[in-house]
Amino acid sequence: MAKQNMKTYTLATDAGDISYIDTKRYLWMASLAYALIPFLGIGTHALFGHQAWLALPLFVAYVVGPVLDWWLGEDENNPPEEIVPLLEADSYYRLLPVLTVPLHFASLIGAAYWASTQALSWWGVLLLAISAGIANGLGINTGHELGHKKTQLERNLAKIVLAVPAYGHFSIEHNRGHHRDVATPEDPASSRMGESIYKFARREIPGAFRRAWAVEDERLTRKGVSVLSWENEILQSYAVTFVLQIALIATFGWMMIPFLAIHNFLAWWQLTSANYIEHYGLLRQKEPNGRYERCQPYHSWNSNHKYTNLVLFHLERHSDHHAHPTRRYQSLRNFKDVPRLPNGYNGMFPLAYVPSLWFRVMDPRLMALPHIDGDMTRINIDPEKKEALYAKYGVAGHIENIPATKAV
Amino acid sequence: MSSVYECPCCGYRYHQDLGDEHEGLAPGTSFSELPEDWVCPDCSVRYKEDFQPTN
Repeated sequence: MAKQNMKTYTLATDAGDISYIDTKRYLWMASLAYALIPFLGIGTHALFGHQAWLALPLFVAYVVGPVLDWWLGEDENNPPEEIVPLLEADSYYRLLPVLTVPLHFASLIGAAYWASTQALSWWGVLLLAISAGIANGLGINTGHELGHKKTQLERNLAKIVLAVPAYGHFSIEHNRGHHRDVATPEDPASSRMGESIYKFARREIPGAFRRAWAVEDERLTRKGVSVLSWENEILQSYAVTFVLQIALIATFGWMMIPFLAIHNFLAWWQLTSANYIEHYGLLRQKEPNGRYERCQPYHSWNSNHKYTNLVLFHLERHSDHHAHPTRRYQSLRNFKDVPRLPNGYNGMFPLAYVPSLWFRVMDPRLMALPHIDGDMTRINIDPEKKEALYAKYGVAGHIENIPATKAV
Repeated sequence: MSSVYECPCCGYRYHQDLGDEHEGLAPGTSFSELPEDWVCPDCSVRYKEDFQPTN
C-alpha cells in the first residue's frame, strides 16, 4: 500500500516502511529557468542599456555554472529502488520537461525579436544568437528526456522541441543508434582517446544525420512506405523547423539567416560537447559471437555535481541512463566506482575546447580506471593517434602485439 | 509456446498476434521471424536473444 503526499514517499513492505523525501523535488524547476537564459541578457540590457549585458548568459553558463558545481559539490543520494515506481508515476516530474518545450520556442523568438528591434552592433546580435543557441542546446536535452519515454505525447513533444534548433533526427539517431552502438568504434557519438572535440564534431554531426536517416529508412521500408513520406518522423520535426524558422525570417528580416545559422550550430555544439565527454575513450569488448558486450556502468563518464544535474535533468548520471534508457530523470541513480568527471558538464565543456588541456586531465583518468588499469586494448582510441598514445602510455612500436593484460 | 516476449531491461512487450505497427511488423509476425540483430525498439539495450517469453 502506498501513501504519498507532497514530498514524502512511503511504501509499506514486509520488512517495514520505506520512506523517501526527494530534496531536489522543487529544485528541478531550475531546468525551466535555464531554458529562458537569453532573457537574462535581454532583461539586463533593457535595464542597464549597454549591449555587453547580452554576454551575461554566457558568463552564467561557462563561469557561474562550473563555480556552482565546484562550490555546491556532489549529490550521491539515490532513491530506494522500491520507491522508484512511485517517483516514476508522479505527474509533477512528468510535467516539468513538458513545460520547458514552449520555453525553448520563447527563447528563440525572444532573442530574434530583440536582435532585430534594438540598435545593436554585430557582436550584440552574435551574443543573442549564442545565448539562444545555449538555451536550445538545452532544448536538445529536453528532447532527449522526452524522446526516451514510451508515451506518444512525450515522443511527439520531443520532435517539437528538437525542431527549435533544427535537430529533428536526434531522437531516432540517439535512441536507436547511439544506445545500440555506444562506446564502440562504430558509434559516431562516442569519442575516442586522442580525438579532439573538433575532429569528433566532424565525425559526430554528419554521422548522426546519416545513421538517423538509415534507421528511419529501414523502419519505413518494413512498413512499405517511402522514406520521403509524412510518416518519416525526421521530416515531421523538420517541417516544424521549416515553419518556425521561415516565419522568423519573414517577420524579422534577412538578418535572421545568419542569426538562425549561429543559433542552430550553437545548439548542436552543446550536444556535440555532451557526447564528447560522456564516453571519451571508453570501449565495450567484443564477445566470441561477434557482438559487443552489453553496455556496463563503466562505459560512461558520470558526474554527481548538483547544479548542472538539476538543469540537465540528471543527464550526468549517465551510466544509469544507459542501463535504463527509459527511466525518468528523477529516478536515475548514482553508481559507486563508475568513471567520474572532475566537474559538471558546464565545466568540462570549456576544458574540451582546449584539446591539450582535455588530454592532460582526462587521459590519465581514463588510463587509471579500474577496468582499464593501463591496458590500452580496453580503450577506444583514435586510429591516427594510436601509435603516439601507445608510445606515451603503452608499449612503443608493438601495437599488434600488445598483451591483453596490463600494458607496461 | 508463448506469444508474448518481454524486454528484461525496459519491459517492452512484443505481441506476436499484434505485431508492432510503428516498427512495421505486421500482426502475426512470429518472434522467430524477427531479424537476428533485432534490438528492443524502446531501449536499444537488449537484443532479440535476451527477450523472455511471458504471458
